[in-house]
Amino acid sequence: MSAKTKDKLATAVIVTLAGIIVLVMAGLLGFILVRGLGHVSFHFLTSAPQTIKEGGGIGPQLFNSLFLLVLTMIITVPLGLGAGIYMSEYAKPGKITDTIRLIVEVLSSFPSIVVGLFGLLVIVNTFGLGFSLFSGALALTVFNLPLMVRITEQGLSGVPAAQKEASLALGISKWKTIKSIMLPISMPVILTGTILAAGRVFGEAAALLFTAGMSSPRLDFTNWNPLSPTSPLNPFRPAETLAVHIWKINSEGLAPDAPQIAAGASAVLILMVLIFNLLARWVGRLMMKKFTAAK
Amino acid sequence: MQNIELSTKDLSVFYGEKQAVKHISLDFAAKQVTALIGPSGCGKSTFLRSLNRMNDLIEGSRITGEIWIGDENINDPKTDVVLLRQRIGMVWQRPNPFHKSIYENIAFGPRYHGIRDRKKLDQIVEESLIKAALWEETKDRLNQSALSLSGGQQQSLCIARSIAVSPSIILMDEPSSALDPVSSAKIEELIAELKQEFCIIIVTHNMQQAARVSDRTAFFLMGELVEYDDTNMIFTNPSDQRTDDYISGRFG
Repeated sequence: MSAKTKDKLATAVIVTLAGIIVLVMAGLLGFILVRGLGHVSFHFLTSAPQTIKEGGGIGPQLFNSLFLLVLTMIITVPLGLGAGIYMSEYAKPGKITDTIRLIVEVLSSFPSIVVGLFGLLVIVNTFGLGFSLFSGALALTVFNLPLMVRITEQGLSGVPAAQKEASLALGISKWKTIKSIMLPISMPVILTGTILAAGRVFGEAAALLFTAGMSSPRLDFTNWNPLSPTSPLNPFRPAETLAVHIWKINSEGLAPDAPQIAAGASAVLILMVLIFNLLARWVGRLMMKKFTAAK
Repeated sequence: MQNIELSTKDLSVFYGEKQAVKHISLDFAAKQVTALIGPSGCGKSTFLRSLNRMNDLIEGSRITGEIWIGDENINDPKTDVVLLRQRIGMVWQRPNPFHKSIYENIAFGPRYHGIRDRKKLDQIVEESLIKAALWEETKDRLNQSALSLSGGQQQSLCIARSIAVSPSIILMDEPSSALDPVSSAKIEELIAELKQEFCIIIVTHNMQQAARVSDRTAFFLMGELVEYDDTNMIFTNPSDQRTDDYISGRFG
């Protein structure tokens, strides 16, 4: 076989493999959307689910997912930013830093069901937080945190050394240099990464089964007192998220239209994750322009 | 030499086991330009970077010896490097303006050092830009991004940025080698202006530039100081054969 034929053959094989992946992905996405979108309506997105009757919606679940996302990010972002800044700018290379990095890596590859059980034993039972949004957010923090640390580290190490040196040479302190020179430059990377991490929170189910719980109390959307048990804003109430709802309704749903509801909810979930990804790209590009482009 | 601004005594810099700068003792006069010349890897840039303790940032580097400004040895571990660097400005080979507006590039340093008054800041920005011969070109676009300036203008901005925190010494590491000939000539003019006020130490690969802009020249070779004299002497009548070989282009 001549070199040219071999080259053509290799190209053909690679293109075929890539094609298969694209087909599988497109097929999956198309299947879920086609099956589910027909069932999605404003009523479906806003009304409460029904246990045995037809016509239930996913309103509270959608709200729970978004609320949990916000809660998780409130916990994760400051912690992850801080740890990332430490790892990138303050930690001296050596055994301890390497160990921390290894632990962070291991943490991010934990099976989520294990994190869920850990959450049940430690957060829900030992700390007595019960099945609640807050427990769920803490469990999600366990594997969102490593992601956040790595994103921050990558963002900061991508800042040109010349920028850092220029600031230090003006007699600016290290912290001020990080805050005012380095973080703004790395912001597109950090923000994009954060939004992608948020997308992951949105789709997570296994870790939430035993932490945020599988049921929602009757929510009164006119009650905005965060301490009241029926208020949607109460972080210490149990909350079933969209992903968990899909799992539950598929395995033990009693409503006659359970399959349709599951299909509709799946479509909504996928669309939300898709929106997160597109948003991440858009924001990233926008900030990149704002911070680097010559106007 | 009168009015010594900065002097080193037996200064050595190590990167791990390797000694990049060997026992250099040099005096730098106020209101003069001193050029550091020598072939690549001779330690002149390392020497320059050790003067404002920039080498501290490099993992595994170590400086021994003394660096005196007035009656203070700034190589002492007790020296506050943050304060020190305010007194010693630095300009790099590639212009590295902050990703901020022209105004902010200059105001950033003084504001951090305690000047909050907007009028005072405006004044510093204007004075610094005038000194860097950039005011006329930028006065109507101070709020535009510094990255919208040309390479030569960016380098002038970097010089303006460093003089805005009123240092007494400015270190320049091949400040015009990444610029076109016209911009390069402008930077040289600027250096001639600035020496009325500052002690300038400049590393350059360009012999003509060293001859044009400097009053004193130090020739480095393999981490050692070979010769240090008035620039005229170095370029017309060097006392060391190796200096003669280098400036006449026989090596390096």
